[in-house]
Amino acid sequence: MMKKRIEAGEKLTGRTWRADTVQLFLYNAAIWNPHRIHYDLPYTQEAEGHPQLLIDGPLQGDWLTQMVYEWLGENGTLTAFSYSNRRAAYVGDVLSTVGEVTAVDGDTVTLDLRITNQRGEATTVGNATVVIESGH
Amino acid sequence: MTVITEELKNHVGAELPPFEFEISRGDLKKYAVATGQRLERYLNGDEAPLLYLFAAMMPVVPLDRLLPDGRQPDSGLMPPLPLNRVMAGGSEYQLHRKVNVGDVLVCRQKFVEVFEKTGAEGPLLFLVFENRFETRDGEPVVTERLTRIAR
Repeated sequence: MMKKRIEAGEKLTGRTWRADTVQLFLYNAAIWNPHRIHYDLPYTQEAEGHPQLLIDGPLQGDWLTQMVYEWLGENGTLTAFSYSNRRAAYVGDVLSTVGEVTAVDGDTVTLDLRITNQRGEATTVGNATVVIESGH
Repeated sequence: MTVITEELKNHVGAELPPFEFEISRGDLKKYAVATGQRLERYLNGDEAPLLYLFAAMMPVVPLDRLLPDGRQPDSGLMPPLPLNRVMAGGSEYQLHRKVNVGDVLVCRQKFVEVFEKTGAEGPLLFLVFENRFETRDGEPVVTERLTRIAR
């Protein structure tokens, strides 16, 4: 990362996530989220009509920021970030983060980010702006 | 025909009393493990990943006040709505500086905007809330615009 000049079209290194019930439990405990759709499967299926436990939207937002943080390393700063959940993601889904540089303006770089499921559908989309520290 | 009522319009500008919270290393380390972070500064709890701030917004209320679906009741900032199914619409963040362990942040929450669009299945109401995270001295740290969609 940051070993060469950054140009529009550069791809960020993505990561594949397979969140299971243990990760969902720990995440929702860590953020103090008691919503049953993340841990109570009978309720989730019978009362809310979902096929499986839902993977939290903000957790997917976090995964997008992780891709940016790891791409940046110590060479820059995240200054703006947005994300939006587009469809439900469930335990058992294979979710992949994807990112690409869309513009470079001096030290300011904008990024297009998304998470797709095993069917290639976007579950979460986002954008980020980072400022690269001079010398990198 | 608009679904935005006068009551809803009048709710724009409503604010909650600010609240303070401290960024603790133990909480950051748990969050880092739960989210699968790989960078040392997060695993060691030195710095808060941006989305950790979502955890800070979760109210801590007694068990007997939780709703049947497990959730905490909505804060007083959510206006009375003519549409009853509410979904997350996403967040936009401006980061003014990093959030570090030991920081004490003040969060100010405000209902800032309501607008509507016509969806395939009827009207959609967009409710926009601003969450301003500041230091006790008023230095901005992170500003979030959070959208919820009612249909």
